[in-house]
Amino acid sequence: MAKMNLQEKLAVLSDAAKYDASCASSGTTRRNSAGGKGLGSTEGSGICHAYTPDGRCISLLKILMTNFCIYDCAYCINRVSSQVQRARFTVEEVVHLTTEFYRRNYIEGLFLSSGIIKSPDDTMADMVRIARELREVHHFRGYIHLKTIPDAAPELIEQAGLLADRLSMNMELPTDAGLRTYAPEKNAEEIRRAMGRVHERKLAARDQTHSGRRGAKFAPAGQSTQLIVGADGANDATILQSSTRLYSSYKLKRVYYSAFSPIPDSTAALPLIKPPLVREHRLYQADWLMRFYGYEATEIASATTGGMLDLTVDPKLAWALANRQVFPVDVNRAGKEMLLRVPGFGTKSVARILSARRNGALGYGDLTRIGALVNKAKPFITTRDWSPGSMTDAENLRARFAPKPEQLSLL
Amino acid sequence: MIYAPRLPRLGVFDVWRDAARALASNDVAADSVNWAMEEACDTLFGQGAALPAARAMTVPKEFIPLAKLVCASRATGAHDLLYRVLLRCRNTPHLLNNRADPQVQQLTALAKHVRRDMHKMKAFVRFREVTPQGSNRRQFLSWFEPDHRIEELIAGFFVRRFADMDWVIVTPEVTTRFDCGTLSHEALASDRMALSDDTEDLWRTYYANTFNPARLKIKAMQSEMPKKYWKNLPEADLIPDMIAQAEARVLQMQQTAPTVPPLRAARILGRLPARPEQARGQKPD
Repeated sequence: MAKMNLQEKLAVLSDAAKYDASCASSGTTRRNSAGGKGLGSTEGSGICHAYTPDGRCISLLKILMTNFCIYDCAYCINRVSSQVQRARFTVEEVVHLTTEFYRRNYIEGLFLSSGIIKSPDDTMADMVRIARELREVHHFRGYIHLKTIPDAAPELIEQAGLLADRLSMNMELPTDAGLRTYAPEKNAEEIRRAMGRVHERKLAARDQTHSGRRGAKFAPAGQSTQLIVGADGANDATILQSSTRLYSSYKLKRVYYSAFSPIPDSTAALPLIKPPLVREHRLYQADWLMRFYGYEATEIASATTGGMLDLTVDPKLAWALANRQVFPVDVNRAGKEMLLRVPGFGTKSVARILSARRNGALGYGDLTRIGALVNKAKPFITTRDWSPGSMTDAENLRARFAPKPEQLSLL
Repeated sequence: MIYAPRLPRLGVFDVWRDAARALASNDVAADSVNWAMEEACDTLFGQGAALPAARAMTVPKEFIPLAKLVCASRATGAHDLLYRVLLRCRNTPHLLNNRADPQVQQLTALAKHVRRDMHKMKAFVRFREVTPQGSNRRQFLSWFEPDHRIEELIAGFFVRRFADMDWVIVTPEVTTRFDCGTLSHEALASDRMALSDDTEDLWRTYYANTFNPARLKIKAMQSEMPKKYWKNLPEADLIPDMIAQAEARVLQMQQTAPTVPPLRAARILGRLPARPEQARGQKPD
């Protein structure tokens, strides 16, 4: 086979990496290179430098170091049994692409992942070398996200955490049984143990040393994982339960949900489906409710049908429709927790309501100016000049919010 | 008496603040002030009356960052609205926290548009390399068309990020230069520049391949990357074909029968250490 040039390798290794949903570049330490040495900065919020027609943002150069892999995960384009074209970047090539893309303001940094070659340790060591070259030789101060390989030696994960902003390990399937079936070489227990070690190492980095100094920052933007939705039979309640466990036990920054998406050269073990994009969206909404709105996974599950989230209305509205006895809420008296449960009120609207109502009782028009979605909220609230009357308990309330039926496309 | 402060294209916030302080500290009503940019100078009011001497006054601390943003706005009446809110802030110290107030809501909406414009400039400026032979610093050039007058507000971001290279960002009205560590702005009318460099081919390759044709969401893309930016983005002319071919690519993936694993697959899997606790191919519980 003829030797591939850089452009050909980039085509193969970015195509192979795109099934990872994460592209976050926010929430790390603030750094810059204003002193004239080094390249890059991070300033809190991430930046999306482009969007592709799939609606996903491009913030990081998301590539695999290599798509050669010795594992055989059924959902994965890079599994050993796939006939997909293989390629491998050198350390210099990844460094070149990252710094040259960065200088042209195409990206915020690098998200480096890899197939497993030879052994987990060999693969992890090569990825750490790339991160080290960027940080120590090129003084790169942009964002680095490294995929960590659960079975890799702790020393390598230690080095990865000191060089990278974020570490991630993908669970991929929401249940251990699903993982055994479709990713037989992966081990759920091993992944959780590795997440636990990263979490403990992060905590240790926060402690002061005996001299009173803080230790070096370890993965300052935290760790994340991804769950594939719709490949195995796990329902939404099970998936949200898995997420709760990951958030609470390992303090993950994010759990990403990725609708199982057709891949070239699929396996007979896992037939291709139309990616369940609406379901994925509802899971993200439910995830948000758990992290920012004070909902428990069990509460969200209580408003599902057979453990599956309602696809026509969002999970917050579904919960409100199933729990109408607690509504309407008085916007001028209710506490923050209750205001956060009103459909149409986001965290920002709630903060503005709490601040604005000190200046006097709020009316319907005030809520519009504040930025709340009043049309959605109105059956569930009372204000100075608004009361929903019988609307809250009306039988056709759900129909008000459900979208009109439309013709489905073939795919 | 009518006052008509004139605001320059560069340093607009400083001039607005000095004039507003002189007027507000002397209780000049908003209806007696006609704010305008220098270039739009009309003859109706001319320069207006000379500004009175400023007296001491204080403003809520949230007002200053808000004012810096609103001063950059091109929206009609932005500077006037800012002055009206400043006058009201003197008697209502917590006015800015009341988002239900119509003027505060308008003002924060103006600031939000400017902030979004700044964010999009951080995202969509594309540098092209123009380093001459023999130069010891690399040089980059960009053309960008912001909606508002944000060049001075945004320059710090590029300085903090790209201090080891020289760069120039040209907009229709202002040229920002960063040369050997020194930043400068010049109010200079410029025409659109069509720029490109070699690395763009790699970037376009990346853009095309990171796209997943099975997840077409064109509206989501356009709400974040509106078409007005496309003409200056090297990757954007790929979009129409990517969209047009998406459905056929997915169909092909679904219709292609699973292939036979390559010979090496069995060999490699056979070499992996067995995991006794998990039998291969077991059905989910």
